[in-house]
Amino acid sequence: MRRYLAFLYVTATIDRGKATEPVTQVPSRPRRSRRRVSSNSLKAVMAVSGAVLVFFLVAHMAGNLKIFAGAESFNGYAAWLREVGYPLLPHRGVLTLLEVGLVVAIAAHMYSAIVLARRAAHARPVKYAARVKSRADGYATRTMRWGGVIIFFFVIYHLLDMTFGVTNPEGHDATPFARMVAGFEPARWYITVFYVISVVMVGLHLRHGLWSALQTLGLARRYPVLKASAAGVSALLTIGFLVVPLAIAFGVVK
Amino acid sequence: MNLTLKVWRQSGPDDDGRLVRYEIEDVSPDMSFLEMLDVLNERLILAGDDPVAFDHDCREGICGMCSMMIDGVAHGPQKNTTTCQLHMRHYKDGDTIVIEPWRARPFPVVKDLVVDRSAFDRIIQAGGFISVPAGSAPDAHATPVPKLDADDAFDAATCIGCGACVAACPNGSASLFTAAKITHLGLLPQGQPERGSRARAMVEQMDEEGFGGCTNTGECTAVCPKGIPLDTIARMNADYLKASRKSG
Repeated sequence: MRRYLAFLYVTATIDRGKATEPVTQVPSRPRRSRRRVSSNSLKAVMAVSGAVLVFFLVAHMAGNLKIFAGAESFNGYAAWLREVGYPLLPHRGVLTLLEVGLVVAIAAHMYSAIVLARRAAHARPVKYAARVKSRADGYATRTMRWGGVIIFFFVIYHLLDMTFGVTNPEGHDATPFARMVAGFEPARWYITVFYVISVVMVGLHLRHGLWSALQTLGLARRYPVLKASAAGVSALLTIGFLVVPLAIAFGVVK
Repeated sequence: MNLTLKVWRQSGPDDDGRLVRYEIEDVSPDMSFLEMLDVLNERLILAGDDPVAFDHDCREGICGMCSMMIDGVAHGPQKNTTTCQLHMRHYKDGDTIVIEPWRARPFPVVKDLVVDRSAFDRIIQAGGFISVPAGSAPDAHATPVPKLDADDAFDAATCIGCGACVAACPNGSASLFTAAKITHLGLLPQGQPERGSRARAMVEQMDEEGFGGCTNTGECTAVCPKGIPLDTIARMNADYLKASRKSG
């Protein structure tokens, strides 16, 4: 039937010249069979674990500043940390819980960062020949990864110094106040310099990290205000952490 | 003006490729960047050489084909423009210009400066649409859209899928591209039924293609010829996390 009514059907044929020939398809990569955690989810893990660490830093800074209230107040605060909730809770109960939480947060933060950094490196196998000019955010953003590594090594040294007293002149058995003052005594100025650099590094990490976490969680609004607040909070934390070692190094606290 | 070009030449996907130096004379400042390359190609053809392959189509900044990394900046030094809208008056006599293709594993080089951006198509296919009955056109006032939402949706919809965001991103992430489409459809009433599944499917496809994750550097939005803002990525993240929480 169709044959006899062929004139009713409009048919179009396209003559493919050289110009309209189909492009040879670049063979697509085989799909990964293993389901991976999405990069967005890993970033959410980084944001939440980072937030935990920021709250810790605020509490840590507040505790440090008690050094200006004298040895008794500072040591008393340290003792209270170990006794809070007692006798309802065991000795060091709350503190141990906090420590476990911090270790989990740090582990999650670092694990996600490493996986994401590897994925990023994988996504650009060939680098640009021309130096890629940054058109956006500055130093703080670019130093997130290596800055994080530096902060990690700083935290290890810091724990050996102040918590376990291994590298501290006063050793483990001295009071927290004595350890702190001995750690930053003027003769150990190089240690103080190392601390100052590391704390500034933490501040830079937070400058990008604070607003970036909100962005990752989809909560970021009004970027100029948000970024300015992040910079302000980072600056406050940096100063709050720096005044204590500097005060000791310059002999204000003895 | 006379210029020195260092152009990435690569005969095919399996070739290693290299930067090749060309001296080009008598470039008019009125030429667009692509016209300058046209002149180079004419001279290469006359000399019996293989012309430089580069993508281009509309040459008025709306098709998203002319993808080039110019001196380490996607689409060159001018803000909010594509390569075809860049004019040679921004260069001066004696300048050296390095021209490279987009660099990302999901964007394999086809030839010279041409990359295959099919990965973007697959991200769109994963969820960049609305499933509606395609009957007759509805009345314009049948579905009210608040003016500000319409504006923001339109801003996001101006994405031309050129891939500059991926090229500029230190992580090779396609977040700005994906977020632009998720924002465009997620802000409009027609996009609501599939809002969650769309965000999940598109984000997961983006990962599947091998793009990196977003670290909020803002490099993408700085080179985007359409100025797609960073808050689209916040919307994508919010939609994605909400959808993931719901369905685990």
